[in-house]
Amino acid sequence: MKIIKYTGLVIFLIGLAIFTGTIFTGSFSLTQSELDTYIQEKGYKSNVIKEQLQKAVVTDESLNIFEFSSRVRKAFETSNNYYDNLIAKYDAEKNWSKKGEQYQYKIYGKPHTLSYELAKKAGSGFVKENAGLVWFLTFGLGIIGALLFILPNLILLGKPGIKNDGIYLESATNRGWIAWLVLIYLVTFYLVLYFMADYAVNWTYILDPISNFLNGGNASQWFVYGFLYCTIMLVMGVRMYIKYRHNKYQIVRTSSVLFFQIVFAFLIPEIMTSLNMPGYDFKNAFPLDYDFFFEWNLDSLRNSGGIGIFILVWGVILTIVIVPIMVYFFGKRWYCSWVCGCGGLAETLGDPYRQHSNKSLNAWKLERWLIHSVLVFSLVMTIVTLYCYFSGTESFIGIKSQWIKDTYSFLIGAWFAGVIGTGFYPIFGNRVWCRFGCPLAAYLGLVQRFKSRFRITTNGGQCISCGNCSTYCEQGIDVRAYAQKGENIVRSSCVGCGICSAVCPRGVLKLENGPEEGRINPTEVLLGNNVDLMQLINKK
Amino acid sequence: MKHIVIIGNGISGVTAARHIRKNSDHKITIVSAETKYFFSRTALMYIYMGHMKFEHTQPYENWFWDKNKINLKEGYVGKINTDDKVLKFSNGEHLSYDKLIIATGSKPNKFGWPGQDLDGVMGMYHKQDLEKLEKYAPDNKTCKRAIIVGGGLIGIELAEMLRSRNISVTFLVRESSFWNGVLPAQESEMINEHIKEHHIDLRLSTNLKEIKADENGRVKSVIIEETEEEIFCDVVGLTAGVSPNIDFIKNSQIETKRGVLVNRFLETNISDVYAIGDCAEQQEAIGQRRNVEAVWYTGRMMGETLAQTICGNKTEYKPGHWFNSAKFLDIEYQTYGWVFSERNKKENEQYFQWRHPKDYKCITISFDKDSHQFLGINTFGIRMRHEIFDRWLTQNQSVEYVLEYLADANFDPEFYKLHEAEIVAKFNKENNTNIQLKKKSWKRIFSKV
Repeated sequence: MKIIKYTGLVIFLIGLAIFTGTIFTGSFSLTQSELDTYIQEKGYKSNVIKEQLQKAVVTDESLNIFEFSSRVRKAFETSNNYYDNLIAKYDAEKNWSKKGEQYQYKIYGKPHTLSYELAKKAGSGFVKENAGLVWFLTFGLGIIGALLFILPNLILLGKPGIKNDGIYLESATNRGWIAWLVLIYLVTFYLVLYFMADYAVNWTYILDPISNFLNGGNASQWFVYGFLYCTIMLVMGVRMYIKYRHNKYQIVRTSSVLFFQIVFAFLIPEIMTSLNMPGYDFKNAFPLDYDFFFEWNLDSLRNSGGIGIFILVWGVILTIVIVPIMVYFFGKRWYCSWVCGCGGLAETLGDPYRQHSNKSLNAWKLERWLIHSVLVFSLVMTIVTLYCYFSGTESFIGIKSQWIKDTYSFLIGAWFAGVIGTGFYPIFGNRVWCRFGCPLAAYLGLVQRFKSRFRITTNGGQCISCGNCSTYCEQGIDVRAYAQKGENIVRSSCVGCGICSAVCPRGVLKLENGPEEGRINPTEVLLGNNVDLMQLINKK
Repeated sequence: MKHIVIIGNGISGVTAARHIRKNSDHKITIVSAETKYFFSRTALMYIYMGHMKFEHTQPYENWFWDKNKINLKEGYVGKINTDDKVLKFSNGEHLSYDKLIIATGSKPNKFGWPGQDLDGVMGMYHKQDLEKLEKYAPDNKTCKRAIIVGGGLIGIELAEMLRSRNISVTFLVRESSFWNGVLPAQESEMINEHIKEHHIDLRLSTNLKEIKADENGRVKSVIIEETEEEIFCDVVGLTAGVSPNIDFIKNSQIETKRGVLVNRFLETNISDVYAIGDCAEQQEAIGQRRNVEAVWYTGRMMGETLAQTICGNKTEYKPGHWFNSAKFLDIEYQTYGWVFSERNKKENEQYFQWRHPKDYKCITISFDKDSHQFLGINTFGIRMRHEIFDRWLTQNQSVEYVLEYLADANFDPEFYKLHEAEIVAKFNKENNTNIQLKKKSWKRIFSKV
């Protein structure tokens, strides 16, 4: 069994190495006519860019993606600099009409994004030409290896039950060198995905056939991310099924997050795209779906006929009606640990790291400041955006619409949710984003704390303060602090993953939806003492 | 403002300190030789098993003590001078007190076995025991086999710990079936099966004769009393129960028997000296309880009660209905009220028992043969609500009532398979009754007595 396990690990690492290695393969160049078509499609009017790009990429040299990217970015920079200089010159000469003319030649967009678009057309090589085979060597080997690594646990872990043996003795799960390597890999992955997508263009070739099948178009970096996301969740979901096979709540919950990720977040939007509809994730609620009210999205929905209007109405109803009502009845867990994609990844890929959330009082203070700030930030951004959208202005209460959207997307959307939220799993735990950053979680949390039937019931005086619940709380709640006082746990951050209840050796904790009355039950003395003493002390 | 000194920073002492702080501004000092900060003793096993680190077993962050003005003093009390109200530490320091609370807990029993103090022989009680285990049994190369002597709760935990590192374990149990002095046969036998399933070499009706040393004074093997068999091993765990940790009190004027003798107000024979927790011995038994109760929960309750007395509200220690819990490897156990084993049960006590055909789940309900009053329940693999059973016991409900409303008591996680219907059906069949199981009702569950 152990041999199978370690063989699996080796196969997985080979798959991962090939996947990573594909980045460095292929050669990138365009023919003159391809370039001309591209420039025409994009409607570039600048002669400089035409000339520069021609020099840069119409070549017989075999350029790798890094060389290609650097040349393309330089071409755009040279072109833009050229016109910036002209603008400055005409400005100095006060030649306003000439100055104004130059702006049409400027090319907007992030350099790596411009480079990505061109690279997607320019690539050739083994990966692109053998997508199926390379898929097997990367995704295929990765999946097979990971499953071989995971499946023997059915036997190796022994009888069903809580199996946390060795978590704090192993490098991977105890912030050792393996954890740091994983962190570096994940962070690098997110940096490439968000900020240097052109470097990962080879990955998109691997998935072009699948993408074409699903939505009729080639794969983008976001398709790669979505596909990878689903694959990882499925494989790590298998791990969850084995690890918690004695616990039906975990089994049902894991199935639910897998279903919503694969069907709602991945398949439905892809199929909608293939039907010429706007691809929409019907479960992704604003303000987690922070660009729902961005101009481009509103325009796209308004121009998509009935389905667009439906999505618009659904999105609004989801956030202001469905979400709070469901939280009232079931707690925020219905979303955060049963439906949400971020939660889904945290509960599958992130499960081995759940113990790393910080339980200190200071971390709780930071959490409340940070998450509510992000909620306010997202709301301000949306108000500004909507005001500008309907009034046609560029700013509101002194805030520029474009600036605040860009800032939010960069700081919150990319850095917080992605790079830190997922990249830092192995060190800070699997719910950093959900706990400190997610504006939707903040909103759900407020409802859960003040108006909900959900609580974690503490079973009388049975707590022995062992600390398993607090240790394995991914949201950094000091569960024990309540349980050992006989107090129910009603916390805005609780996502109802149910692990505290699962790891409790004395059957003290139960997630329940019950009457609101008595949900919050501060007690001074626990059950077990005679009734007089309890009454006496609780009266005070 | 009085100076309250508490010897021992376990659950009893710390609970007393916390409640004294809540209700007064007395100066409080907690003395401990084991660790500076309070930790949960019951969680030590999880550190060795890698579920947690030591810091996770500490229920309060380190700033808590300063913030609540509870002084922590590390040191070993050698002598108590009750005339001058002074503690003398083994390093010669002194500390005077106005009121003294003795909460020194237990120590593992040793029954005078030859070799019981050799290197590699240890109990599993103190933090230092854990450190020793880590030294002598870090892995299955250093420790090829461990022998555990004594089949109680600590013994089975130690076995589980060692098995988590794939160390071979031989488990010597004096009784003919695991813990059958406490558990009814059905449950005891189920645990026997489960122990063996975890590849633990369970030896029932087996006593230790002696522990043998190698040339370096390290444990080499044990000899079995009954068969003279020699079993080679690298570690011996002595887990044959615990007794009050009060040797340092024996030469003081404080009256002791097995533990420090206290009355119902937890007062000793010396005024302003109290004892709580494992080390306290009630002069007269309370209900069916033992005079010395080495249980987490009772320690906590005594701490809560004594804090009231110290803060001027003299309060009798009146533990409510008995309850307890444990975990035997993968099987959770809870008990409410009194269920005695066949060996110890009285004439009027009758069992109703149910066991799941495949899974490790079973219950034993004890009730009065004549009045049918519900006396207690043991539940294995099914979680039950403490508050509900506590209420039923207070209300002297009948066994039929308990079964009728059993669904209210279930505390298993959502989506778990429920067994109340099977349980009730079995009772009906055995007793020719026609109890109809009521559906779970939030209203009943959350109604106050």
